[in-house]
Amino acid sequence: MGSYLPSTPAEREDMLAAIGCESVDELYRNVPQGVRCGALDIPDGKSEMEVLSELTRMADNNTVLKSVFRGAGAYKRYIPSLVKTVTANEAFLTAYTPYQAEISQGVLQSIFEYQTMVCELTGMDVSNASLYDGASAAAEAVLMCGERKRTSVVVSGALHPETLETVLTYCAAHDVEVTLVPVVDGVTRPEDFAAAIDETTACALFQQPNFFGLLEDASALIEATHEAGAKSVMAVDPISLGLLATPGELGADVCVAEGQSLGLPLSFGGPYLGIIACKKALMRKLPGRIVGQTHDSAGNRAFVLTLQAREQHIRREKASSNICSNQALCALAAGVYLSCMGPHGIRQAASLSLSKAHYLAEQVCQVEGFARVFAGEFFNEFLTTCPIDPEELEERMAAHGILCGMPVGDKMLWCATEVNTKEEIDVMVRTLKEVL
Amino acid sequence: MKLVFELTRSGRGMSVLPGCDVPEYELDACWLHAEPPALPEVAEVDLDRHYRALSKEAFGVCDGFYPLGSCTMKYNPRVNEEAASLPGFVQLHPLQPESTVQGALEVLHTAGKLLGEITGMDAVTLQPAAGAHGEFTGVLLIKAYHEAAGDTARTKIIVPDSAHGTNPATATMVGFTTVNVPSNEEGGVDLDALRAAVGPDTAGLMLTNPNTLGIFDPNIEEITRIVHEAGGLCYYDGANLNPIMGIVRPGDMGFDCVHLNLHKTFSTPHGGGGPGAAAVGCKDFLAPFLPGPLVEQEGDSYRFVQPAQSIGRVKAFYGNFGVIVRALAYVLALGREGIPEAARMAVVNANYLMKRLEGAYHMAYPRPCMHEFVIDVGPLKEETGVSALDVAKRLLDFGIHPPTMYFPLIVHEALMVEPTETESRETLDAAADIFLRVYEEAREDGERLHGAPFTKRIGRPDETAAARNPLVRWMPGDE
Amino acid sequence: MNIPENLHYTETHEWCLLEGGMARIGITDYAQNELGDIVFVNLPEVGDEVVAGESFADVESVKAVSEVVSPVNGTVAEVNEELLDNPALVNEGAYDAWLIRVENAEIGMDVMDAAGYAAFCE
Repeated sequence: MGSYLPSTPAEREDMLAAIGCESVDELYRNVPQGVRCGALDIPDGKSEMEVLSELTRMADNNTVLKSVFRGAGAYKRYIPSLVKTVTANEAFLTAYTPYQAEISQGVLQSIFEYQTMVCELTGMDVSNASLYDGASAAAEAVLMCGERKRTSVVVSGALHPETLETVLTYCAAHDVEVTLVPVVDGVTRPEDFAAAIDETTACALFQQPNFFGLLEDASALIEATHEAGAKSVMAVDPISLGLLATPGELGADVCVAEGQSLGLPLSFGGPYLGIIACKKALMRKLPGRIVGQTHDSAGNRAFVLTLQAREQHIRREKASSNICSNQALCALAAGVYLSCMGPHGIRQAASLSLSKAHYLAEQVCQVEGFARVFAGEFFNEFLTTCPIDPEELEERMAAHGILCGMPVGDKMLWCATEVNTKEEIDVMVRTLKEVL
Repeated sequence: MKLVFELTRSGRGMSVLPGCDVPEYELDACWLHAEPPALPEVAEVDLDRHYRALSKEAFGVCDGFYPLGSCTMKYNPRVNEEAASLPGFVQLHPLQPESTVQGALEVLHTAGKLLGEITGMDAVTLQPAAGAHGEFTGVLLIKAYHEAAGDTARTKIIVPDSAHGTNPATATMVGFTTVNVPSNEEGGVDLDALRAAVGPDTAGLMLTNPNTLGIFDPNIEEITRIVHEAGGLCYYDGANLNPIMGIVRPGDMGFDCVHLNLHKTFSTPHGGGGPGAAAVGCKDFLAPFLPGPLVEQEGDSYRFVQPAQSIGRVKAFYGNFGVIVRALAYVLALGREGIPEAARMAVVNANYLMKRLEGAYHMAYPRPCMHEFVIDVGPLKEETGVSALDVAKRLLDFGIHPPTMYFPLIVHEALMVEPTETESRETLDAAADIFLRVYEEAREDGERLHGAPFTKRIGRPDETAAARNPLVRWMPGDE
Repeated sequence: MNIPENLHYTETHEWCLLEGGMARIGITDYAQNELGDIVFVNLPEVGDEVVAGESFADVESVKAVSEVVSPVNGTVAEVNEELLDNPALVNEGAYDAWLIRVENAEIGMDVMDAAGYAAFCE
């Protein structure tokens, strides 16, 4: 069927004649006969209508749960219409990396604006153009802090488990030693951080709010890290920065975040957005692409990919990261999202999430068998006990179109955002009582 | 063009979110920031116009011919976008119960199976987010395999000098050292140099075939045999799979693992630099080391399983799912006949364009190519002073995205041209006429071309100034 | 080409000025010309050991990076911090823009004199 080929068989023959070939096979003469494959064991090609129908069948075989009370690294949030309009624009959607600056000012400027917004949101000096996701950003952040005499890493046990696993994979690849700091009362204690950090520690990583939704004593953790001469890497929820103290004002050296909350749909886990930003002193260790402002010979403002000598295509085996493709279109979405929200809107998203989550906690904990596990202050997620097997509960709730809190062992991790209305929360709590 | 920050007027903005319908909760001041972020404050109409203006200064596949070597800028079918935006995919939380995401698991399972068949591999993960991420994953499999065998002396990865920069960078990320082997006169791997390079310290070889010169290495079986006999494994960089898909499979050439760039060969859009997605395939003996989870089919249902000796995750969740949906739509559309058909046409188009240009431009390897070919602007530069950069910049004036410049490194004034199969003969002819016109311009008045492009809003940016004094964010008061 | 008489030169285009036990090391005029506009210089720290034949710094242009190899063994006594703010100094005067000063320096590899280096660059 269709291969999206404009050329007809007759045209192809003409072109072959122009090349001076009898058959296409002549062009493949370097390929040894013995290794060629026969017909692939895959289905026949399909028309556009059949393709869409087949994928619609698969999509329909999923259950979209209308009420979502689960986060754990992926958040259902409101996405302004303009975000979707802009990212669907064909030129943004299909352009390659903006290496040809003269015809790519739009892409370059949008990245420069994104970098500025990330700096504003996090209080850091420099942002790159994006990494793959929050988990791999944390891994890259940890590695960029490595020095000749400081090579090991200390990590809070209250990190998102998938972030932790990704950090461990990257560190194992580099033979970097990782010390995990245990969680006490749901948080990372600064004294435990201090005890784990020594003169070989390159950096210490923690997450704010942490995996259990709790607020860490970030300034004490950063201070403990700096006192021991290591760098502080802080993973954040970008929406929470509409209210919370920024990594910049707290003194972190590197900040990373999963940027999905900034205008990207849940989309079963990707594509998402890896945010990374750092202090100026670390700028040349930052992995990935960076856009800078300059001018042309007539003095017009112009944007270019800059500091390229850090990158793999120039530094090759001496490069500290191999990243090239990133999540540019997702960064564009985040830029449009933050422009739509503005300083007021981002604060409102944070504040609504905070208030709804506290209302949710209050309501859920009135149901018998549910109680908060940790007493500390939280942002928009919290852990509760669960009177029955949480995996059984989630199936029962799913039958009512509700994605309840996430099973974490025999506990449940709940979440609310600005999209959860009071009525929805009340209905969920009533359903919870019914299904138990 | 103004920055979005320069459009800001205090008090302007959109009304996106409603008021609070639950009791408002306030955090203790000790948790809060001192000052709100200085995000833009712009009315919706002005934002919409701002991004429209930016989009007009972006060059997409529908803006014109895009022969960017090694990037496979083929047409991105619209139906793939529609499939990826189905609510049943877009609104799915990654941590929903398995019973509610059977369709999504089917997408992952089917895509993995089809790509495994196309590459001749037994198991596939779709977790990596891009090609380089796939390389990292694949070379980690090699490391894990040697470590599991107690073979810790294998610390070297062999890479040809024509390789993409990601190959040596990946080897370093995985804790290996890189051994470069030179190319032979035909542009392939120098077998004697390879034989001399392998040994008990060889962890593996990373190879792109066809290579970055657009040449399929006829010694491929011998190459993989040499590495295997030394105890190393063979990694296939799938950046250049397009011209051989459905014709010859990495698994049959002797490769043990492979990554594919779904945003190249499998038609998913590049998004101005991403998101991409990679599939990493491997032979059975490497499958226990793959990142988890993988999807397994059991009767009519699908479930996640964890490989026994997994290297661990390389990112959260299951990969760039939305990109994988697009790639699956593409593979389903092409199917058994369409896949080799697309490969063949990619080769015909590249050879046709090369034929049209070779009377004027000097070809680095003047013999039939696969999907791409490399022009060596060196002789033209010697004659006229016009460099590969000058030619590329002049092409901008004619609405052509220039070829990849200054790569591969072994050709100093390289322009690497990959037309892809989705271009018609008229498009290729029109492009050839423009390339030839620029060649004539170079010979008539080479000096002038140093100033190209002439028709764009900006001229060549001062990259030296950008790198010497990095301005990487806007500051209030900047202009 | 500018090749001062009083310096030692390497095949990788570094120069070295020996004064007693101290050495100053930089890249040659030929090297800066080949690299083009230099945009950044990565320098070692004071107290680091340098080993003859091994790289101790790198010099970046917009599209290339080049390692700088030490002709001497010794300890870094001083780094030229002026270059961090103004890497263009290397282009403006390659023999004034030293990268590091090394104490207890002794030449540890084959080096050339000015005439030898001039012939090498031909």
